Amino acid sequence: MIRLERRLTTSLWLRLVIPIGSLLVAFLIITIVLMLSHVSPWSTYSSMVSASITSAAGLSETFVIATPIILTGLCATMAFRMGIYNIGGEGQLYMGAMAASGVALELKGSPGFVIIIAMTVAAALAGCVWSLIPGVLRALFSTNEILVSLMLNYVAGYFISYLIFDSRSYWRDLTSAAGQIYPIGKAIPANSWWPAPQIGNTGIPLGLMLALVLTIASAILLRRTTLGLKIRITAGSVTAARYAGLKVRRLIIVVMLISGALAGIAGAAQVGSASHALDPAGVEQVQYGYAGIVAAALGAFDPVLVFAGGLLLGAITSAGSTLVGPSFPVGLVGTIEWIVLFSVISGAFLVNYRVRWRRRGRGEEALLADPDATSVPPESEQVLGEQPYLSTSAQVTRGG
Amino acid sequence: MSSSIEVSLAVSGVTYGAPLVLAGTGELLSERGGVMNLGVDGMMLVGAASGFWVCRVLPGPSWLALLGSVVAAGVVGALMAALFAVICISWRANQIVAGLAMAIGGGVLGLSSYLGSIGNLGGSAPAHVLNQIDLFGLANLPAVGPLLFHENILVYASWAVTLGAAFYLYRTRWGLFLRAAGEDPAAADAMGVNVVRYRYTHTILGGFLAGVGGATYTLALIPSWTNGMTTGLGFIAIGLVILALWNPILLFGGAFLFGVVINLGYVLETRGVTIPPEFFAALPYVVAIATLVLLRGGARRSGGPQALGRPYSRAG
Repeated sequence: MIRLERRLTTSLWLRLVIPIGSLLVAFLIITIVLMLSHVSPWSTYSSMVSASITSAAGLSETFVIATPIILTGLCATMAFRMGIYNIGGEGQLYMGAMAASGVALELKGSPGFVIIIAMTVAAALAGCVWSLIPGVLRALFSTNEILVSLMLNYVAGYFISYLIFDSRSYWRDLTSAAGQIYPIGKAIPANSWWPAPQIGNTGIPLGLMLALVLTIASAILLRRTTLGLKIRITAGSVTAARYAGLKVRRLIIVVMLISGALAGIAGAAQVGSASHALDPAGVEQVQYGYAGIVAAALGAFDPVLVFAGGLLLGAITSAGSTLVGPSFPVGLVGTIEWIVLFSVISGAFLVNYRVRWRRRGRGEEALLADPDATSVPPESEQVLGEQPYLSTSAQVTRGG
Repeated sequence: MSSSIEVSLAVSGVTYGAPLVLAGTGELLSERGGVMNLGVDGMMLVGAASGFWVCRVLPGPSWLALLGSVVAAGVVGALMAALFAVICISWRANQIVAGLAMAIGGGVLGLSSYLGSIGNLGGSAPAHVLNQIDLFGLANLPAVGPLLFHENILVYASWAVTLGAAFYLYRTRWGLFLRAAGEDPAAADAMGVNVVRYRYTHTILGGFLAGVGGATYTLALIPSWTNGMTTGLGFIAIGLVILALWNPILLFGGAFLFGVVINLGYVLETRGVTIPPEFFAALPYVVAIATLVLLRGGARRSGGPQALGRPYSRAG
């Protein structure tokens, strides 16, 4: 008989070994999947590594792709850490991209750094507006923020599609030759393209540096500030937070605003470093907002690890976009990410629980002999500051 | 067939509501047991792709191939749900994170699109299509004919599922035990209900129904494979469960209304109304948010199963 026991303490050794072991298991499963689809795993791996890491152009591309993933990852992290599930990073990113490209077009002729700062601020505000909707509805009416934020992704997606494909909006390029053949967004002025200083032959995009700064800021906010403490208390138990005098509704809105701003900036980085115009088809196809949630889960909702998770996903996505073709079908990238994610989630279980094998008879006797074993109330699952991996805050999601 | 706009809309409500009924009822059963599966959309997409694929390769008479395809779609959905169940029920992972991972991993950039591209499913007609059947020869009756007696078999299946689920939940002891497992697993356990087994079976059943719901698109409604063809309607199905207060009959009514909304643009377009398509595409989501706020927002109690989303184990 197998019994699971919750670990009271987890050694640093376990915390390091298990994620690495999970990645190795994922690697093994992916190898099997590749072999089943009649693709040579080793040549695939080596071409993936060279397309995303070892070549300078590939590494630059990886950084550009990783930037919005890291930022939406932070967006998910900030909200999930409190037990508020903002799945709306995708839509908040779209709105950020819309605002950033609009501002850049409007400020044409201004110095580049002015435009870039304005793009970032405008995108953050647009992300805030879009995350405020589920935040306010959640805070005031206990409306399920998971579904509202998620459905707003589709609304935002159709909105920016409308701006380019079915209207003569400010964002649409109606004059250039290409724009008259196929609907595209107006290109933002060249001096507002986000710079990527070269180190060797590899470009380090401005967005990535910004993402690094925001990662550190998020980590400090969660660990070292009053707001972070409030977030962790509320994650542990909403009831406890109320008894401690915290204004939970206001906290929900504040967290959603921070979360939305991060995703909005991801949209600005996408426009500034990659698309240089509002590109609805492109930005909806890559789904960096959802990839951000995957990155956040890979990084166990710890900002610094989320940054690493975002880089990993960026590398996989970058390799996928370079290699896509008969031997590297569309969808393989997502499938690989999925396998990695599930291995890591499953590994997280081993970090928190100890698996004990016992002979059948003795195990049951032990269970019967221990009166506490059957009468532990479900509240015992609600540990303060627990990772959102394991069941936190059913209470927060249930509202009230 | 020319018919009044009301009849066309009602028919689209029934037809396009069917996948929502199937997937939504699956989710409802799973949530009644206490497991929130946010991966429905991914399971629908993977079911849609695999059903379409099987339909193309399966030899034999049309009805047999179609039956095989529907079953295959359901089984694939059930397998995904089984994986989800292991992670969430046995390993006690966060259901929201794991469910989203299922939705994303099965979705537009994940497994379903992988299947679509290695199976070369896109851009071709299916070998067989689930056509509307003329039930009792009554299809030509005015109004009710096209509405009730001229639908594809999965629409009728969705009606059967609704009635079956309602009977099961409220009139059988297993339904009672399932609800107990979702409301108060510790009490259910003390009563002798195997909570873990109930949660597993109903989560997997939910995945089966989601897979069949997905196959409704590729085998009957559209019928072809396009990447991401559910356009996130799996999430509408999850929203419907909340709107319907976890009641299968109310869910059926909600699915009918959303079927009307989903197809509204198309019906109006064929009648010469020109409004940007994005408006109609976004409409179901806007309506879903509005109804969630208006109908469920004011309620102090969420009305859902008390232990929804909470893993259960005897010893914490």
